[in-house]
Amino acid sequence: MTIREIGDLLDARVLCGKDLDVDVKSACGSDMMSDVLAFVKHRAALLTGLVNPQVIRTAEMMDMLCVVFVRDKTPTIDMIELAEESGIAVLATSKRMYEACGILYANGLKGNGELHG
Amino acid sequence: MGESLAFHYEVDGGDFTSAGQASVKIKKNLRQLGVDAETIRRVSIAMYEGEINMVIHANGGNADVIVDDTGVTIILADKGPGIADTEKAMEEGYSTAPDNVRSLGFGAGMGLPNMKRYTDDMKIESVLGEGTTITMKVNF
Repeated sequence: MTIREIGDLLDARVLCGKDLDVDVKSACGSDMMSDVLAFVKHRAALLTGLVNPQVIRTAEMMDMLCVVFVRDKTPTIDMIELAEESGIAVLATSKRMYEACGILYANGLKGNGELHG
Repeated sequence: MGESLAFHYEVDGGDFTSAGQASVKIKKNLRQLGVDAETIRRVSIAMYEGEINMVIHANGGNADVIVDDTGVTIILADKGPGIADTEKAMEEGYSTAPDNVRSLGFGAGMGLPNMKRYTDDMKIESVLGEGTTITMKVNF
């Protein structure tokens, strides 16, 4: 599923992202960054309701492609700049976490995470 | 590579929002050295969790990273309060972090377990009232 398709399915605004046609292979939804860091995912998207720069850094450490902020959470300019520097696309949707995850899952984007180690 | 390379970073303890900057830098440095992506990811996640810990608990500290033929060694040293029970601290879900840290997405008692999970070797040396040094290695 491409970042563009994720945006369309979630009626999301694209806040940054140069290439929206890259293929996302897995996803996770969490407000707890250490839980995100525990699971290895490839070419992943992160759905979260947490807004602080550590969300972008966590995504960067995990080589994630995309961060989706749910329930109308809006990231700061600093966070968007950080994401741009790291080549991470940032989207924002008014949908809630459960609904956003469900829509993506039902459309074929599975978790595919493995606990590392 | 043939020889070892050392990188030194200072982790600023005053500002949670800037935590992780050293990990971002080491990630770039390792990429320039041509280290494989999986090793880079393991090193940067382990170091990132360590950096967050140093900011939450110890008002910052020093991070040294050594790259040699055998792998990447990360040494995180702080002058914080020390860890009273290192065995307990390694249990998933055990945390002494203040509540406000949880609202920032950390402090769930996953930091040290994640660091162990992503590294091949991990050693904690801690003296109460003096500080903590964590040495981790990711083998090539």
